[in-house]
Amino acid sequence: MSVLGNVSIRLTEEQGMLLDVARSFVRDRAPIEAVRAQLETDTGYDAAIWQAMVDMGWAGIALPDTVGGAGMGVGSAVPVFEALGGALLGTPMLSTTLAGQLIWRAAGESAAEWLGRLCSGSVGTIAYLDHADWGSANLGVTLGTDGALTGSKSFVADAGVADCFAVVASDGGEPVLALVERSAMNDSALSENVLIDLTKRAANVDLTGVIPAQVFRGDAVAAALRDTLLIGALLTAAETTGAAGKCLNSITEYLKTRKQFGKLIGSYQALKHPTVDIYVGMENARSFVYHGATIVGDEVLDQDAEIACRMAKVAADEVMVFAGDRSVQFHGGFGFTWECDSTLFIRRAQWAQQMYGGAIHHRKRLASLLLDS
Amino acid sequence: MSDNKAALSAFREEVSAWMSENVPSDPGFLLPLTFLEVGTEQQLDFLREWQHKLWSAGYLGMHWPSEYGGQGADPSYQYIVDKELAKHNAPIIFNTIGLNWVGPLLLDMGTDEEKAKYIKNILSGEEIWCQGFSEPDHGSDLGAVQTRAVHDGDDYVVNGSKIWTTLGNYADHMILLARTNTNTERKYDGLSFFLSPMKIDGVEAHPIRKVTGEYGFNQTYFTDARIPASCLMGEEGGGWMVAMKTLEYERGVTAGQASGYWGVTIQVDDMIEELSKLEHDGEPLLSDPVVRDDLVGFIMEAKALSLTGRRSGIPALTSDYPMGLALSVKYRGTEYERRMKQYTASKQGAQSALYVGDADAVSGGFWQRAYFSNFGATIGGGTTQVQANIVAEHVLGLPK
Repeated sequence: MSVLGNVSIRLTEEQGMLLDVARSFVRDRAPIEAVRAQLETDTGYDAAIWQAMVDMGWAGIALPDTVGGAGMGVGSAVPVFEALGGALLGTPMLSTTLAGQLIWRAAGESAAEWLGRLCSGSVGTIAYLDHADWGSANLGVTLGTDGALTGSKSFVADAGVADCFAVVASDGGEPVLALVERSAMNDSALSENVLIDLTKRAANVDLTGVIPAQVFRGDAVAAALRDTLLIGALLTAAETTGAAGKCLNSITEYLKTRKQFGKLIGSYQALKHPTVDIYVGMENARSFVYHGATIVGDEVLDQDAEIACRMAKVAADEVMVFAGDRSVQFHGGFGFTWECDSTLFIRRAQWAQQMYGGAIHHRKRLASLLLDS
Repeated sequence: MSDNKAALSAFREEVSAWMSENVPSDPGFLLPLTFLEVGTEQQLDFLREWQHKLWSAGYLGMHWPSEYGGQGADPSYQYIVDKELAKHNAPIIFNTIGLNWVGPLLLDMGTDEEKAKYIKNILSGEEIWCQGFSEPDHGSDLGAVQTRAVHDGDDYVVNGSKIWTTLGNYADHMILLARTNTNTERKYDGLSFFLSPMKIDGVEAHPIRKVTGEYGFNQTYFTDARIPASCLMGEEGGGWMVAMKTLEYERGVTAGQASGYWGVTIQVDDMIEELSKLEHDGEPLLSDPVVRDDLVGFIMEAKALSLTGRRSGIPALTSDYPMGLALSVKYRGTEYERRMKQYTASKQGAQSALYVGDADAVSGGFWQRAYFSNFGATIGGGTTQVQANIVAEHVLGLPK
């Protein structure tokens, strides 16, 4: 058996249609001016665009139809996230999708009401990080005997607009999933992060004294958490791959039109060859992402699926960091300005590379998965 | 579909059984790692006999028309044979220029006479082919070819010299790119393409020794060599287009090759197996966190190549850059292999310094030789740097 393991890659008709639909949706609704208009707003997104996405069933795209979802599985979310990333569009889609995955995987039908709300457009989010380490247990928030939580969570995506918080907490050392309503928190519970990516929003959330509406326990919680973190890596990778593709377009357009020393700068190999490496890196990341879309399903993730998610994240981060960095550099003085879209790309790259674990996080785990079994 | 699957799986078993019986064992002398390093008569005779055996069994050029010595089968059958050859660690199928470049080219663009005359002997190994494109002063820049072919009666008279002529000293025929007109506006329009005989007066191939210490390629000199005018393929002055089509087959951009098994297959699994035997600081090498991280990188590259190859068959996932995956395959694949082999050759402690011939060399110096040999892939058929230009210009639309 080869160390390469499962190398299947397919695109279902459904996934192909979603890719087309999502790409034309962002083309129509999310030109770069519309994206820029949201950079300094409080929520970071256009409510009408989000509503249109909800109407198309995307908020519950990976959730089963028994709870109001589209029943198309995690693999169907991949083309949608790739398209959203290609537009750099800010929406609460990632937070909501992943909150849905965590709750569904941990609680199933017994959380049907919560899941139904997410499918119909309530923003959900996962409160996971105690501080900054994706690889630690992150059980610093505790559930007391009085039923109240103590502690705070960092970097909670879209916390400012979320109604449903899926809080990872400890009950006597065991991980539990505490579902918390925004209305159960104080106004002062949230302190907004200043994020490097202006299309994204996150906040630190103080949960001390908050009573969860519902708590889920048992082995399913730990498994759900593990799988959701992997799916988070995969979907972030899909979004990042889309962004890398768009960044590549913006570089090649500039290289085809900008002249220096009497020549189009795209004719210089010093710019041409690294651009080819961005292209090749983007294609590789795309292969990993759609491999993930092929083999990650509703069931508990097996070793091949885990490897797929981690590799997708590593590949997408690597190319996006390189593409964003080179985009600023290759645009010269203009690249260094706020008006140049390179600003958005390099900021997206720096945001995405940590999300759901960076390269060292995943590569370390890949080493064990690939070399020790 | 499932019928087809069952047929392919039965075929795989049949081929595997045949190989277990028929793949020759170690001949007791060093065999070349790729078709680029056939350097002795002993190797040549051995490989020619092996190719003939494979073809006689019906396992070479399976998807080529039966009238020309193929089986008229679906390409998936040959793919299975190639996979099994690698699995059984078989000697290479050496007549690669004929099998993979000339054969598909003739099937694509050749006349019926040309097909009838050449193709079967390519498959049987009876006639060996070489390629006369590069010249001492023009490697990747083929448009600048200067070897002259002057029409004279029923012949063309050829003068000049070609270099890196793999198999040139053994070849019966050469695909020759020569200049028939020095007064064209565009340099490309003065070039013509010939199916030229090699074993004639005025043609001499001088072997050149390589960085691996082996032979395999030559400098070929043409001195008033007379080749029949009927050897011209296509129109006089139309050689550039034929040469470019040839390169598509050479670079694997276009399918139709008779056998992909032109070199010993070296995979990331082989690398890991080799490294797992080694130590560093008195510990297993594979327990070193730096090495482990490097290996994750190599495995990811290998997996990306495999996945991307499969993805190229999914139109909806290739529509952004329709030719991109095919045109970048040489760029991606050959560089990864070079680095993978260099890495393995350099993690053997002091034994990294040993070469083929030393009894203490790790695996007989296999990795050291494989690393050096791999430059044939990153340079031959257009260097990596030229490949990058091709991807930049033809895939990304960047200016020349």
